[in-house]
Parts: sequence; C-alpha cells; structure tokens
Amino acid sequence: MSGAWRLPRGGRVDRARPLRFSFDGKAYTGLTGDTLAAALLANGVHLVARSFKYHRPRGILAAGCEEPNALVQLDRGGGREDPNLRATQVELFDGLVATSQNRWPSLSFDLAATADRLAPLLPAGFYYKTFMWPAGWWRRVYEPRIRAAAGLGRSPSRPDPDRYLHRHAHCDVLVVGAGPAGLMAAAAAVMSGARVILADEQAEPGGALLAEPGLRLDGMDGAAWLAAALGELTAQPNLTLLPRTTAFAWHDHTYLGLLERVTDHLAEPPPHLPRQRLWRVRARQVVLATGAIERPLVFPDNDRPGIMLASAARTYLNRYGVRVGARVAVFTNNDSAYATALDLAAAGVTIAAIVDCRADPGGELVQRARAVGLPVRPGAVVTGTQGRLRINQAFVAPLDGGGRSSPVVCDALLVSGGWNPTLHLHSQARGRLRFDEKLWAYVPAELVPGEQVAGACAGSFALADALREGAQAGVAAAAAAGYRAELPALPAVEAPSWSEPAPLWRVPLGRGRAWVDLQNDVTAKDLELALREGFRSIEHVKRYTTTGMGTDQGKTANVNALAIVAAGLGQGVEAVGHTTFRPPYTPVTFGAFAGASRELQLDPLRRTPSHAHAEALGAVFEDVGQWRRARYFPQPGEDMQAAVGRECRAARQGVGLFDASTLGKIDLQGADAAELLNRVYTNAWAKLTVGRCRYGLMLRDDGMVLDDGVTARLGPDRFHMTTTTGGAARVLAWLEEWLQCEWPQLRVFCTSVTEQWAAIGVCGPKARDVIRAAGTDIDLSREAFPHMSFRDGSVAGLPARVFRISFTGEIAFEINVPSGYGGALWEALWQAGQPFGITPYGTEAMHVLRAEKGYIIVGQETDGTVTPLDLGMDWMISKAKPDFIGKRGMARPDLARADRKQLVGLLTRDPTVVLEEGAQLVEDPAQSLPMRMIGHVTSAYHSANLGRSIALGLVQGGRERIGQTLWVPMPAQPAIAVEVTRPVFLDPENRRLNG
Amino acid sequence: MVNDAYRRGRSAAPSHGTMQRYSIFSLARNALTGHRNWQAAWRSPEPRPAYEVVIVGGGGHGLATAYYLAKEHGITNVAVLEKGWLGGGNTGRNTTVVRSNYLYDESAAIYEHSMKLWEGLAQELNYNVMFSQRGVLMLAHGSHDEQVLKRHIHADRLNGIDNEWLTPAQAKAFCPPLNIGKELRYPVTGAALQRRGGTARHDAVAWGYARGADARGVDIIQNCAVTGVRRDGDRVVGVETTRGYIAAGKVGVVAAGHTSVVMAMAGLRMPIESVPLQALVSEPVKPVFPCVAMSNAIHAYISQSDKGELVIGAGTDQYVSYGQRGSFHIAEHTLEAIVELFPIFSRLRMLRQWAGIVDCTPDRSPILARTPVRGLYVNCGWGTGGFKATPGSGHVFAHTIARDEPHPINAPFTLERFRTGRLIDEAAAAAVAH
Amino acid sequence: MLLITCPWCGPRAEIEFRCGGEAHIARPDPATASDADWERYLFLRENAKGVTLERWWHVHGCRRWFNAARDTTTEEFLAFYRMGEPPPATLRARLGR
Repeated sequence: MSGAWRLPRGGRVDRARPLRFSFDGKAYTGLTGDTLAAALLANGVHLVARSFKYHRPRGILAAGCEEPNALVQLDRGGGREDPNLRATQVELFDGLVATSQNRWPSLSFDLAATADRLAPLLPAGFYYKTFMWPAGWWRRVYEPRIRAAAGLGRSPSRPDPDRYLHRHAHCDVLVVGAGPAGLMAAAAAVMSGARVILADEQAEPGGALLAEPGLRLDGMDGAAWLAAALGELTAQPNLTLLPRTTAFAWHDHTYLGLLERVTDHLAEPPPHLPRQRLWRVRARQVVLATGAIERPLVFPDNDRPGIMLASAARTYLNRYGVRVGARVAVFTNNDSAYATALDLAAAGVTIAAIVDCRADPGGELVQRARAVGLPVRPGAVVTGTQGRLRINQAFVAPLDGGGRSSPVVCDALLVSGGWNPTLHLHSQARGRLRFDEKLWAYVPAELVPGEQVAGACAGSFALADALREGAQAGVAAAAAAGYRAELPALPAVEAPSWSEPAPLWRVPLGRGRAWVDLQNDVTAKDLELALREGFRSIEHVKRYTTTGMGTDQGKTANVNALAIVAAGLGQGVEAVGHTTFRPPYTPVTFGAFAGASRELQLDPLRRTPSHAHAEALGAVFEDVGQWRRARYFPQPGEDMQAAVGRECRAARQGVGLFDASTLGKIDLQGADAAELLNRVYTNAWAKLTVGRCRYGLMLRDDGMVLDDGVTARLGPDRFHMTTTTGGAARVLAWLEEWLQCEWPQLRVFCTSVTEQWAAIGVCGPKARDVIRAAGTDIDLSREAFPHMSFRDGSVAGLPARVFRISFTGEIAFEINVPSGYGGALWEALWQAGQPFGITPYGTEAMHVLRAEKGYIIVGQETDGTVTPLDLGMDWMISKAKPDFIGKRGMARPDLARADRKQLVGLLTRDPTVVLEEGAQLVEDPAQSLPMRMIGHVTSAYHSANLGRSIALGLVQGGRERIGQTLWVPMPAQPAIAVEVTRPVFLDPENRRLNG
Repeated sequence: MVNDAYRRGRSAAPSHGTMQRYSIFSLARNALTGHRNWQAAWRSPEPRPAYEVVIVGGGGHGLATAYYLAKEHGITNVAVLEKGWLGGGNTGRNTTVVRSNYLYDESAAIYEHSMKLWEGLAQELNYNVMFSQRGVLMLAHGSHDEQVLKRHIHADRLNGIDNEWLTPAQAKAFCPPLNIGKELRYPVTGAALQRRGGTARHDAVAWGYARGADARGVDIIQNCAVTGVRRDGDRVVGVETTRGYIAAGKVGVVAAGHTSVVMAMAGLRMPIESVPLQALVSEPVKPVFPCVAMSNAIHAYISQSDKGELVIGAGTDQYVSYGQRGSFHIAEHTLEAIVELFPIFSRLRMLRQWAGIVDCTPDRSPILARTPVRGLYVNCGWGTGGFKATPGSGHVFAHTIARDEPHPINAPFTLERFRTGRLIDEAAAAAVAH
Repeated sequence: MLLITCPWCGPRAEIEFRCGGEAHIARPDPATASDADWERYLFLRENAKGVTLERWWHVHGCRRWFNAARDTTTEEFLAFYRMGEPPPATLRARLGR
C-alpha cells in the first residue's frame, strides 16, 4: 500500500511498482510516477518544512516549480548531496532519502521557532535598526548567530561523483512548454519541415492535460488525445523532445539556456550518463507556451500545513491519485478552484465549503458545483485558520464585514487567487508586460523579435484558445524561420468555460499575520511597514522586506505583493511596476554551468615537443600561461636553489641545454614587412641584412612597453619574429589590428608559427662542441657565424634553422627544427653533449642567467607602466624615424619626468640575503607608517656564478642614485640594506657573448 | 582632518536633528504599537527651483557625498537627483566586497580612507550596514601571481594596511572549502589575506546615507532624470530634469555607468567605457564559506551573505552596454572557476544572475575631480570596485565640491592625468599572468 | 551571447569575436598632435547610450576586423560593414550624422 490517502485507482502512477523512501528517518512507500510531495501526501504527511525567518511549520503549497515551502535535502550516498530541492519536483525513486531542513531538533519541535514568538520585535528590516552596539559585536556575536539561523539546507561536503555536460544546438523553432499550446505549436512547426526543439520541465509532456479529467478533444479524453498527439509528433525526425528540461534563461539574440535533468530521477544513475546537461540553444524563433501559475490568497494565518493551491490539490488527485484531505474547504476568487472541488467530491472527499469572494459567481463550474450540492458560500472570505502543525479549521465571514465569522472544520484548505501567466522568459528577453484588469494579471504587452506566445502564458486560459494560439504561434514561428507552414486542423474541444474572476489581493478582515511570501516569511504588514518607512519603489519594498527573493523567486508571492503595495500607495497595480525577472527561471546547478571544464579541461594545457624528455630527466614543471615549462632539473638530494645553482654554473662554464619552444614566433611576409617592423618597433629595421637578427622593443601607443623579442630577416620580404612566451597571441593580434585597421595599404601577411617550430638552446663555452658532436653542416665559427645572425642547415641530421642569439650573455645557439623533430633534436643534443657534461636547465636558471646580465623580462621588470627610458633602453629608440607606435605617447609630459621609476641593480649589503620579489624600497627605514616608498624589487635571485645575491628593481630617479644605500623593510626582521648599482652584474663588455 | 573624520565616525550619538534613532529599544517600543509609528527613513520632497549643490546620481557614492556635504561642510541646501530609485544602480548590484589592499599609494590611501570609515559606519549612520570584516583572500596560481601579490603585501604593509602572505595550507585552514590539490589546472600556490577586508550589506549603505543626509536637510528626489546641463560660459548654472529646471551653484556628477551620458550634456567627452559586470547568487545554505576569496588569474570571487547565499562576482562583458544583462558565457566561465576552486559547490544552484553597468577608465582608477567647466565636478570611473570605496569617495568628493579643491587623498585622481600620462594603473598592478 | 554577422563569414557566436571598442577613431599625426589630441585618440570615448559604431575582430574565425553598429541599450545590431568603409548611408541618415 502506498499510503492511506491514495485512491484505489486513477492517476498516472504505476501501482504495480511501489517504491520505498524515507523522510526524516521514517520509512514510507510511494509509487513509480510520484513526486516526493505526492508520495508524502499519499502517506498523510503535510508538515514538511520550516520557514526561513520564523521557523513556522509549513506544508506543501504547490505541485510544481513554484513551491515556496516544501524544500528538502536529499542524500543519495556516495557524495550525492543536494540541498533546497522542491519536494514537488523531486521524482521518487527507490531508496530515496530525504530530510527536512532548517529545524532543530526536529521538524515538529523546532527550538528556533522561538523566533516566531519574538516576531513583534522582528519586523521587516529589523536588522538594519539594531545589533550596532557595542560596535565590535556585530562581527563576533550577532552576525554568527544570524547566519546560523539563516540559510536553508546544508552545502554538500563531499566531492561530487557526477559529471555534467554541455550541448550546443541550433534550431528553427524552440517551443518552451509541452502543454496543449506547446504541443500544437510544435506540431504546426514540425509539419513545415522546420527543426523544432520542444522542451518541458516535467517528466511527462502534457501540462494541464495530465491533471484535468473533464476535457474532451476530438471526442477523446485529455490523456488519450495527448498520447495520440505525442505519438504523431515524436515520429517526426525534425523534432527533438526534451522532457525534464527547463528553459531557464533567454539571452540576447534568441540564445536560450536549458537544463536537462538526465539522471536525477534514477535510483542508480548509469555511469555513462551525465547527471545534468546544459543546452545552449540558438533558435531562430521561440514559442513560449509556458502556462500559468496559480496565485494563493492573502488572509490571516494562511500559511499552515494543509493550505494548498487548488490546482495543486487537483494535480495530486488526478495525476497521482492522492487525496490531500478528507474534509476540504476551498477559498477562491475565480472559477478554476470549482473544478478541483468537483473532482475531489467525485473521488469521495467531503467538501466542507467553497468560499467565494464573489457576491454572485455564476460560471458553468459554479453551477455544476451547486448542482451536485457542494456548499458554495458566495460573497465570503476566510478570515483566519487554526491548527499548529496542520490546519483543522478555517473561519469564514461575509466579505462585506456584515456578519460574524463561523468556523469550518477541515483538514485542508485549497486556495485560488487567480492565475499569473508565466512570463519570466518573455521578460528576460526584454519583453514588456501589461496588467490586464479582466484577468487581474500581467500579460505580454508586445512580442520581442523572435518570440511567439501562446496559451495561458499569453493570458488565454481556455483550452480551445490555447490550442488555436499554439497552432498559430507554431505557424508564425516556422514562417519567420523561412518555412511554409499551414495551420493544422484544431481538435474539437469540450471544456468548461470560466466566468470572470474578482480581484482579491488581501482579505480585509480577521486578525493575525497574512503571509505574502511564504518562504521568506513576509507579511502584508511588512509590506506596509516598508511603505511607511519610505521604501516606495517596488524594488525598495522587495529589498527591504526580501519578498520574492527566496529560492522560488516569488512565483506565488510577487503579484500579490505588487497589488498590496499598489493599494498602500493608492495606485493601480500597473503604476507600481514590477521587479525585474532575472534568470534563471528555476535555480540551475553550478556543476551544469561548469560542465566538463574542470582540472585539465578548464584551460588548454600546452606542452613543448621535448616535454617527455624533460620529464624523463626529472624536471619540476611550472605553469607559464597555458604552457607547462620545465622550471629546474633537480638531481637526487638537491633542492631548487642547489639545482638552479648547478644549472647556472654549467651554462657559463660548460654547456647548458634549454627548451625555448614556448617563445612566440610569427612569420612575416610581404613587400612591406620591413616597414611594418619599423612602425611597431622602436628601432630601425630597414637596413637589417638578410641572415641577421635584431632585438626589438614594442610599445603601446601610450609609450609603455608591450613586448620584446628578436626578429631575423629571412629574405628581402620575409622576417621571423619572436615574442615573449606570454605575449605571442597578444603581439600577433596587435600586428593584425594595425595592419587591418590603420595601415591597410601595407602588404604584409602575419602567420603564427609558434607551434610549427621546436627551439632548443645550447648555451655556454662548449656550445659549439656539442652541436658539432651532434653533427652539423653549418660553420659555427665566430667569424662565419657571428652573434645576432642565423643559418639554415642541418643539425643531428635534422633540417634546422640555427639562430645565434643569447638570453644569458654566453655564446648560445637556438636551434629551431620543425616541431615534430623537437624530441629527436633534444635527444641528439643530450647524447652528443654527454662528453661535455651538458646540463639541462629550466626557466628558473634562465631567469637568473639573464638577470646577471641585466636583461629584462617583459611582465616582470615591466608591468604596463614602464617606458623604454625607464628601462635605460634609450639606445633602442630610433631618433631618425618620424613615427613608431608609442613615440608620441612617450613624449607626454609625465613620461619624461626625472623622478620616474628607473631600472637599476640592487646588491644587498649581506651577499647571502636574497631579496623578495615585490619588496619595497625606502630611503629611511626608521620612518613611521605610511612610509614613503621609492621603488620595488622586480627580480631577485641567488647567483651561483657571482657567489652572491643579485636583484633588479625600479627606483624613482634610480640612475641618479647609483651608489646610494636604500633599505628594504621586511616584516618581523630588520630592514635590509641594499646598494643601488647598474643593472648589469656580469661581463658588461659582452666578451663572453661574442666569443 | 582625515583622522578627525574617523573619530567622529566612531563616536556614539551623532547629533541628528529630528532623526528617529534606531536601537533594540526603539524596536521594542514600536513593537508595542504594531510598528505603526516608524518615521519614513527619508522624505519624498518636490524639487525646489534652486540648490547650492545638486548631486546627479542617488547611488551610494552620491548619497554619501550629500551626507558629508551636510555633515562635514555644513552645506545642507543640497539635492540628490536620482533617475530611478535610490541605490538602484551598482550600489544594489555589486558583490559587496570591501578591502583596501591596493598597490599604488594613491589607491591605497583612498581605499584605506574608506576602510576606516567603514569600521565606524553603522554607528556613524545609526544604521546597521552589516560591515563584516571576515577577511579577503586573494589567491595566487603560480610564481607570477605570487610576485604580484607579494608586491601588494609589501606596499600595503608600508602604507599601514594589513595584508599578509599565506601558504596554500594556511589558506585552506582559513577557507576550508578551498581546493589546494595539485589536480587543479592552476593549483593554488599561496594567497594574500587582508583580515580587515570583508563584506557589507549593499542596500543598507545607500539607505543609511540617504536617511542621514535627509535628516540633515538634503532633498533626495527620486524618479528625476537629468536631461541637460545648463552652462553660462564656462560655468555650470543648473540642470534640466524630467521634473523641470533646477538651478545649482555647483553640480556633482556621480552617475557611474551613465557618467558619459551626463557629462556629454555638459559638452565633455570622458575617458570612460560602460560595460556590464555580472554577478550571481546561489540558493541560501547554512554557513559554509567564512570569508571572501578571489582569484584574478582564473577570474572569480565569492563570499556568503548573512542570508546564506553564495555571492559570486563574474567578469565584465567585452562590449559597451547599458542593458544590465550581459552575455551567457561570462557567468558560465566564472562558475567553471568556482567549481574548480571549490568543488563541493558543484551541487549548489544559481538562484539569480544580473549585471551592473560599470564605468571603466583606461587605468582602472577613479576620477574624483574638478572639470574644465567651473562648478561641475565628477566622481566616476570606479569600474568593478566602487562599492568598497563608497564612504571614502563620498567624503573626499564632498570636500572637493565644498572647497572647490581636491582633498589630498583624491588630488591624484584627476581628469588631466589622461593627458599628461600620470596614470594610476591598477589594471597593470592586477596584472594578468604572463 | 550575441549573434554577430561577420561580413566575411556570416552569423557566428560572440565567443568567436573580440570587441575592439569605438570605431572610426583616427590616429592623429604624431608630428603635430597636441597632448590633448593624443588623449582624445587614446582615451576619450563617446560611450554612447544608444547606437554606437564599434569595431569587432573575428579572432576565432577569419581574423578580420570589421565595423558594426549596435544599440547599447538593446544589443540590437543595425549594420555590419567592412573595415575602411563608412557606415551605411541608411544608418547615417538614421543617426543624423
């Protein structure tokens, strides 16, 4: 048996397949097809949650995504934890374990509910008015307690075993909602040949057809017609039907986000499936057939468990075969709740009263209710309720105040305050809304480009209208997407008509708190208090009272709140306006957004062709941008400093091997290539001869250093440019932008060849010996192959282009081979170098070696605020060229100031002390805070070759300070004395380099 | 001068004329009358024909400016003109992070000035702005980030601003949800922590300043859009608005994303681009995230609000927009980073997503200055970081307007710097990884 | 995720592009430009609320730069045109410039 409140037959649940589940540790049985809420109700469980602020007992209000109360925590084991799920949307599976939230020690006895007794002290915004004394207590005392009381569920604490995936899709027509309107829209569009995606948030398409037994379409009942229509639709190859898929966001240019819940409903998620799939759909046209959401009514004590939307009770009855009570009262301002009462009565439930605020309701359903003897009480309202953990009576009085209230004993009270079209996506798409004073609801004021609306979301609540509008919307969408569509035949419909509702925003009678936002515990009085305190904009009211800011985003609360605010201001509802609808429509899992982009998939990982060789040699790697580079090669027992020291000594005394493949490389071809270089570099390029290389400094047009590198002239019209590792993409972008936007007359093609070449540097006095030993047809002698030139030839039997350039100040050759040969080249040089003690070195030693020579690293000595003059690189600036990028920018007054920070060397008085990069320099370390800082350390290392520490820094008027002592104040130790020096520490005459 | 302001800020019982004081006692007293006797926090006056000072923009900065004009300079004949509802721009759309650990002396001075005002602000305003010094953790992912953050730490220390280096293990201890594992694409290699940094309740800041300014006689006029700036030669004389012409001796423009629009009415072109900055919150959960954490390198910042929502800052869109929406992939990219750094949050859900329109200068530092038009002052360019500066910005801007000369703290934040080149390049200081 | 029509490739998703900011900013002659001219060129922007003319780069596509007209309040694109071309006449008429 799946619960005492389950009817013996009926509903779309599978009675042959019972499911076990537990709630707050108690075992229950439900049926396949149930939601958790349906299964709990079938077992007579109405109390399922505590509210956010006052911890009031709460039940199940709704049967769908609008549920404000019934939030539960699921723990499926293995780290599958999930807080704040709406029980009304959780599909039951065998073994489901749910617990209630935000209560202690138990749901029926919650100590925090004392907040409810203090409620008079805690009106809207109370926290802005207190907790200010004593000042330090907010952080230490008050806030931790408030935080502990706030929140709802608990964050998962264990790793997520599930995967999430993304799908990108294009379609002609995206239909959101597979109720009657959506189905007709999809059918009409599909028949035209358009590619259609039909998404529905529920497990089963059908919408209202699933829960309304009284309908006849072409002589069939709703279920039979639905089955036939779906069968026909899904047979079409150009239709993609996505159940359990919520269209949650409409972004610019008809780009929608959809969340498909793939395995959440399965007891044992198959490992090959993602838990959820995020669809990003670019649609030509979107048909919104999103239906409508019923409003509750605002009256005193309207929040007790057992008080439920009338439509929800009907859904539980007809779709799940569950009675929500044995003796039920109904309170309404419109006809739709009568259908619920009629269905319940037919199922044997006692209808204690139908309280209708309208003085003379006369619609078809009202007449039917009267005809079967249901106790209709026109012109009356509910003025209060009783029952601590479940309603046990309601008090009913004439609306005109002309009579006493009388109790109505009931175990459920079904409310209906009318219907709100679901316009979230329309509003997200910048569609304006209009308040319709016949429906007493917001409807679309106009369509936005690419949009069609149909059915209840357009304010058309009658089935025949929904079907017709759906078909029309489908035709219009297909036509707008470029297809010839025809209006399909519409089914003949028999459905009861509705008479006009009457607005009832707040019952004016009775005492006690009348709740507007059930999740955030906002009462009508709170709204009025906000108005009284000057919060008159609806946005202010929302923020001050938090109405509509719960996890349900106010789906059932917002319009009631607007109307109450409007009444308080003496304005019409439309004049008050409405708060902005923000995506998502319903909350979307972070993991679904992240998709597969985690760890190695977060960002591309780039490895050089000889990566495996470095790995085999025990390299420690570091991330440099997307590249993973060898940082140093420790031998057993060595720490980083020892390894780097050994590597640096080898590079100057013997021979080092370095992987320079990550440097950016750009092939420049065209008659104006030299002219391009002249314009983008600070120095002159026209006279560079073929076979030679030149160092270049590239500036932004404000005069700041952008990048640097060596460029070689391969031919009269062809150059090979190198950039910094991090600057490769930026420099190529820079060249292309200038060529296309500013200098279209220049004939140059730029092609990135970074990935085409592997570059291995051989550096040190024995560099020639190693390359010769590896075998080469290039004459490496000083005379034949001077510094800053290159030669094509072969090395180790591989086709190679060898550059004689140096970033260490030693004789160095950078051997470039097609990248596929990079590993072979490294291996050949490594083998050939063994007799010479060849030593691989990494980026750390490279940094030290270049700093010994005072060579800058862009991004370390520069940070976007440094000019060539600051770096002491005046010699790099052509005086002859009338213009280059950055020339005019550099001439601005502030860039010529004498007290700008300039690059200098820094030598600590104690040679064993290595400064910290980023440390600040002062003249007087004894001054009080804030100190006057005159510079900072950009690079600092222990130099094994010099037997002491060295550093580079940028110091105000630094070149004038050479010889001065400055100080580096450090935390918890005496300031470090440093002498300002020239930035070149080794071989200033470049003897080694040119050797 | 500055220190006086802090002392006054900390002192109890400000001399608010008729302002109803808020306390637990007033709450209790009003509970007895069903809260029917609360005064409006501010009036809704009709605009008068003329004011000594008109502030264009009723966000936090504009309201703070008006407040300090009245309080510190005795200038109460002030109107704040707001085209929508006060606090409805970036004040109500940001991720509420407060910190002062900036690199350059100029920036450090203004943000630290703000920080000191934050520390006494609830008492100063008699309005609980929920300033919570929970600590701001800035994560490093590799040696380049470490250099940048350590440069900040050293500079901050010597500027008298707390900022300290944490190892990955220390960062994890301070922020338990943080993943410091090596499996990350960019593992955490350390962090800078400013313990005095934290968060505040954004709306409350606007409301508190509005209430304080109103009590001192400032007219706060909502739903009043400025449609023109009237000049007499090189001097501003008033503003045209949707509610008529309002004459003004001085006009302070504090319009954030709409600065260029307003300044164009005065004939001035600005070094500003207005772009959407996106943010989002999760559903509320019980306390799980004790601080603010941010990563420049993989672009995300996150904290947990008093209500329990994770508040997450995303990036800016690449294009100028006034649409307060932004593109889908920006938030997606940020959530990738969040899930990477805090994997347990993969099951939490995005509840709301939105964008503010932030006014970005080329050097990512603000402009608080006089303009070539006499009597016209501008406070803008706060980009993605304006909320934290609200008190200090208002304080020194009020000084600038009242004295017609900048306070020493905002003297460097001129308009002229874009001509001379004397930028305060916090964009460079934040440095993307090389 | 804007849908951007590259004049060379057709409509593509925004992530293929990079926005280059305001279009038609001429680089002054550096020999005669004043500091104020250079400031205007480097930094001062119309930052229009409404229709703006801007440059886009199809970086993950044909890598061509082109111009677009977009309404910054709605993100609606009104025109796409190639680099070096003036805005379409219809657009200029609409903008009154």
